[in-house]
Amino acid sequence: MSSLRTKGKEMRDIYLNEIILKGFYSDRMLVALLPALSLVTVIHAQLCQPGAKDAFKVRLSLKTALGDKAYTWNENEEYLFKAMVAFSIRTFSSREKIEISNVLLCNVTKRVSFWFVVTDPSENQTVPAGEVQGAIRMNRNRINNAFILNDQTLEFLEIPATLGPPTEPSTPIWVIIFSVVFCLVIVGIVLLIVSGIRQRRRKSKASTEMTDVEDKCETMVTIENGIPCDTLDSKEGRTNRAFAAGDEKLTPL
Amino acid sequence: MSSILAADTLPGDPKEDERPKWDNKFQYILSCVGFAVGLGNIWRFPYLCQTYGGGAFLIPYFIALIFEGIPLFHIELAIGQRLRTGSIGVWSTISPYLKGVGIGCLFVSFLVSLYYNTILMWVMWYFLNSFQSPLPWSSCPPNENRTGSIEECQSSNTVNYFWYRKTLNITADINESGTLQWRLIMCLVACWMIVYICVIRGIETTGKAIYFTALFPYLVLTIFLIRGLTLPGATEGLIYLFTPNMSILQNPQVWLDAATQIFFSLSLAFGGHIAFSSYNPPKNDCEKDAVTIAVVNSMTSLYASVAVFSVLGFKATNDYWDCLDRNILSIINEFDFPDQSIQRDDYAACFAHLNSTQPDRMAHLQLRSCHLQDFLDKSASGTGLAFIVFTEAIVHMPGSPGWAVLFFGMLFSLGLTSMFGNMEGVLTPILDLHILPRSVPKEFITGVICLVCCLSALCFTLQSGSYWLEIFDKYAASLNLLVFAFFEVIGVIYVYGLKRFCDDVEWMTGRRPNLYWQMTWKIISPLLLLIIFVSYIILITQKQPTYESWNPQYDDFPVKQEKFYPGWVQGICVMLSLLPCIWIPGMALFQLINRRQGKGKNPWSEPYSDKPYEPVQD
Repeated sequence: MSSLRTKGKEMRDIYLNEIILKGFYSDRMLVALLPALSLVTVIHAQLCQPGAKDAFKVRLSLKTALGDKAYTWNENEEYLFKAMVAFSIRTFSSREKIEISNVLLCNVTKRVSFWFVVTDPSENQTVPAGEVQGAIRMNRNRINNAFILNDQTLEFLEIPATLGPPTEPSTPIWVIIFSVVFCLVIVGIVLLIVSGIRQRRRKSKASTEMTDVEDKCETMVTIENGIPCDTLDSKEGRTNRAFAAGDEKLTPL
Repeated sequence: MSSILAADTLPGDPKEDERPKWDNKFQYILSCVGFAVGLGNIWRFPYLCQTYGGGAFLIPYFIALIFEGIPLFHIELAIGQRLRTGSIGVWSTISPYLKGVGIGCLFVSFLVSLYYNTILMWVMWYFLNSFQSPLPWSSCPPNENRTGSIEECQSSNTVNYFWYRKTLNITADINESGTLQWRLIMCLVACWMIVYICVIRGIETTGKAIYFTALFPYLVLTIFLIRGLTLPGATEGLIYLFTPNMSILQNPQVWLDAATQIFFSLSLAFGGHIAFSSYNPPKNDCEKDAVTIAVVNSMTSLYASVAVFSVLGFKATNDYWDCLDRNILSIINEFDFPDQSIQRDDYAACFAHLNSTQPDRMAHLQLRSCHLQDFLDKSASGTGLAFIVFTEAIVHMPGSPGWAVLFFGMLFSLGLTSMFGNMEGVLTPILDLHILPRSVPKEFITGVICLVCCLSALCFTLQSGSYWLEIFDKYAASLNLLVFAFFEVIGVIYVYGLKRFCDDVEWMTGRRPNLYWQMTWKIISPLLLLIIFVSYIILITQKQPTYESWNPQYDDFPVKQEKFYPGWVQGICVMLSLLPCIWIPGMALFQLINRRQGKGKNPWSEPYSDKPYEPVQD
């Protein structure tokens, strides 16, 4: 057991030594690296510029989307954005080494709008625009949701959004309503026609009964004054020529 | 003489129990009101009001109503009620030489039924599509690779695309007929079946249906009025509509349009009103009915225009706000101002300031100037109002599917009641002519008529159908109706005789027509009709007829391309205008030849309907 403890102590000492050495070396390295670092930031600044190669402009409309619940755009939000872009690039292409620090943001305005560009440290140049475009398009939904925005309020200029497929139900709604109306009308027509036929049958039955009764009555009243009544039934009437012989209304003197 | 007047019918009248009757007076009034009040009250009158100086238009409108509309209407109702037959029976009774007027009216009613029900077919299509949220005309469908909307929709707008592409699937030229649209055919068949079920037994069934179809539009109009008045921008629309511009009265076109509007609005000279009043009891106050129905029709037009214009004012305000918002967004994006930092009220000041400080950047933006007046000026009438402008307004209203269902349901009811009148104008004369034996049931006759109409109307379901409908609308009805109305007045007042007609009216209503009626019947109305007819002819023949086609390939798309009608189409237009009128001289000639030939025959053997009417004398 004591051997273990001593081994642990030794490990700690080695570890501590390493840190001290590293610190000493890092100080030196820092001094040596300072010009290199400033060079890198200058290069980064050149990489991320409005209109630079492989750079894209992003525009957010937070108040339009969220109204009172709009959050303020600060560095933490920028951090999230960088993370989403890095995630998109990682999943789209096989660039496993992309880190959040590889996504550069610049020219942040009050609008809120900014430019971003993605660098690839292994190749020491920017990720081509086509790849960035493809990556963003693939994950656009998730990026939107991370910021509680949509395609119109989180705009990537020059990256068109993929519109959702048209949601068509299997039977269009108008066909359903049409079938309902059509069936009702057909039922109505059939009912009316059937009731009309029934009414006509009832009437013809009643009229045959009536004619039976009338026949009996008619035989009684048909003849009057020796003249059958139906001959007197004509509409225009008959002029009795005997009385209409002359036009004179007055008898001649 | 007195013994005849004591009876309810005059000798020589057809048997009382055979002719169908209205169940009650209200049914009759509703039917006439429903026939008169149609789609034109909704989409033609407000447009005319707006174009011709708002409130000032009401002056020629009411003058035309008093001197032309009401007198002619009274004649139709009185003569139908007195002679108790449809239009063909009436005219052949007045004079056999005038039988052609009746046949021509039948023809015109048939042609109008064809294209009127086609409009109802479109209304039904929109009605069926209103039962979904979001409405199908509220957004553009995406294109094939789903990067944006379809180009045709992008360059015009969503409602135009839905109307011209999804509904009509219109071709760019009337020569290209295209294919039959099966969706429209289904709607057409459904519409004709609905018409059939309502007119299947004549007024027995229409009388029941009219209670709903005539009153429902008023209910919906009231709902729209209340909703419209509470929308933002409604007052601007109403002020714009009714602000009178008296100087417009100097333009003769205004008077012509007012007179034609009254004439077509009351649906005169179709034979429908004659048919309706022929089912009345003989002693009915037709004078009061005529004045009541005509005034109700005009009041409905006014009521509808208030409702329509409050909604249009809302739409114009919305468009104006959209225009402002687009400009504000461009400015904000260009100068990177914070989101929503410029409100609509501050726009003008901001715009002026930026224009003075940074003119080149502002010029580069190419901002469109936004004026509310421009949007209010965008007027539309006819199908454009219903299917494009109003549908767009409905999209912006909260709860749009419900409003769309109500609106298109109202349009359908309005059109249906007018269809009843048109169908009665076709049905009653055919039944009165007794071409078919008595044993053929009425249901069969109406079925055959509806089937013939449905098959004939299939031509409007072609892709070029809407161009053909415009032709029918412009040429089939207008001139012919003016001719028939003229012959109506002349026939009743001069051939039948003013004195005899006044006696009949006195017998029916208990009052002799006063000086106003006699003056308008004898002189003013025929003169007005003649003037309108001549002006119409002058206007139509002044320039070659053109039509506006929807052509996505046109340079100025979405502005419609104006094209001339090809020769064969112009021939059809002439035929449509002349065919109904030809019956008048045609039948007169036929009767003349008949008389010459039949002079030797026994006068008693002629059937009743061909004899000129003679009152029984002591």
